Amino acid sequence: MSEIPMNTGEMQVSGRRLSDLVKLVARHRVIAVLAFMSVFPFIMPYEALAVNILIYGLFALGFNMVFGYMGVLSFGHAAFFGMGSYGTGIAIVHFGAPWPVAIGLGVVVAGITAMIMGAMAIRSRGIYFAMVTLALAQCVYYLIYQMSDWSGGEDGLTGVTIGEIDLGVVSFNLLDPTAKYYFMFTFVALAVFIFSRILASPFGAVLEAIRENENRARACGYNVQLTKWITFVISGLFCGLAGALNAIHLSVVPIESLHYHLSGQAVMMALLGGMGTFFGPFVGAMAFLLLEDVITLITIHWQLFLGITFMIFVLFFPKGIWGSILHWVSR
Amino acid sequence: MNSISASASDFLRAEHVTMRYGGFTALSDVSVSFPKGQLTAIIGPNGAGKGTLFNVLSGAFPPSEGKVIYEGADITGTPQHKFARLGIAKSFQITNVFPQLSAQENVRIAIQALSCRYDIWSPRSGLKAMQEQAAQLLDMVGLTDHHHRLAANLAHGEQRSLEIAMALACDPRLLLLDEPTAGMSPEETVVMMDLITQLASERTVILVEHKMKLVMGICNRLIVLHHGEFLAEGTPDDIRNNDEVRRVYLGQGNH
Repeated sequence: MSEIPMNTGEMQVSGRRLSDLVKLVARHRVIAVLAFMSVFPFIMPYEALAVNILIYGLFALGFNMVFGYMGVLSFGHAAFFGMGSYGTGIAIVHFGAPWPVAIGLGVVVAGITAMIMGAMAIRSRGIYFAMVTLALAQCVYYLIYQMSDWSGGEDGLTGVTIGEIDLGVVSFNLLDPTAKYYFMFTFVALAVFIFSRILASPFGAVLEAIRENENRARACGYNVQLTKWITFVISGLFCGLAGALNAIHLSVVPIESLHYHLSGQAVMMALLGGMGTFFGPFVGAMAFLLLEDVITLITIHWQLFLGITFMIFVLFFPKGIWGSILHWVSR
Repeated sequence: MNSISASASDFLRAEHVTMRYGGFTALSDVSVSFPKGQLTAIIGPNGAGKGTLFNVLSGAFPPSEGKVIYEGADITGTPQHKFARLGIAKSFQITNVFPQLSAQENVRIAIQALSCRYDIWSPRSGLKAMQEQAAQLLDMVGLTDHHHRLAANLAHGEQRSLEIAMALACDPRLLLLDEPTAGMSPEETVVMMDLITQLASERTVILVEHKMKLVMGICNRLIVLHHGEFLAEGTPDDIRNNDEVRRVYLGQGNH
């Protein structure tokens, strides 16, 4: 994160100054995220990885609204990511929809999926909620798997290419990695801004209240059930956008986009980065994907090392990377 | 004994309320009424059904049988979250606050519940009037110096006061308090009782209390339960001189 303010002009940063910096970043969270992301591809080994971190960071961000801010563990968020991907992919491949329509459709499809899954799952609590969402997400997986005429079944949906984008004033080709990165960045930037507004709103306060004490929130006059459902749907919309962008990024929708493995990744990224913090999901996604990228160069058993790292964090740094930094600063 | 006085002045009324848990009957055909503007205490020894009656009146769960009438309307089975909007607020027997939020934010969230529950766009920081109102309520319950402390870091007695401030956020016409002095030191208890007396001067208050002595001095009316049944009601003097009540409380030590 220390790349953000270029104007410190000092090679050696004292502990105090560093802590001021972290506080500044936390206060201007949207600007900080965007500033960091706009220079991000230049510090990554290659741009596709930067795009991945962008997309999975957004996915984990959306997930974190339910998990970190409202305190409800869902194991079904792959369904929203996947349906976002398939919604966008099917619109492009089968209907030749223009890309803005396709992305919008992906987000809407993910939102509808979240509405239905939420309505069925929201009555259960705690670990039961996690299990019900997992089961429902698996239903979505098999449903799409069976609709192979539309979804490509096991092979995934191929041919999600949009290539040249003409915006009138500028036109660019998504085959250019840098152009692709900034194309994705625009959507993520917008999403991050909206996300921050929601968290800072009165509704965001209700999420925290529910996390802190559901009974008290209810006694205060909040319809906890309905609030949870709305949050689940909003979270699904963000994850759906991540999925939609991923379809365009990969030019294909693999069936794994709906797999529960991906739901688990969202949990890991959020925990690794710091649940309930604004940056946590992006930091977590970056740590997760970089570790994966680096370790696969050495061994194919990268998941073993990732698992060990994850356990170390859960046991010794339960606040996650960014959460621990924030804690250290606020001492 | 269980006759219902159906006068219009009845503010809150429980009609033939029975509550069963499996084979156990916690409340058996209890009919009581609470006139407007009075401080009524529900008392009784352990296992009398005070807590159960409180939970039925405050809508925590619907009774197995019977009705709860508030301002002439049947509110039996009304979802808990609608109570605040009906002007009914409660405090819990076990301290129930938002621990990782500041005292002021605790109260502000309670105030916010009345106006903007689903506003996902405007900034929270712009709700200046709510913040001021929250600060005033905190001052009122004696938490003047603790506005910005995390609720989790407040002392037990302060958390209970915070809970009262949160209950007052909806400007309730009916305030239900479940053993508000539970776990408090004698000094804190005196302060809390003063506060309750003050609150009762402006609204109807129903108080559940285990210690009879504590409420004798401050309440207008008492309702005594015993083994899940209605035993007696009346002014503190009536209750003090009631033979049945004395028998029930006899040998129970210094209540």
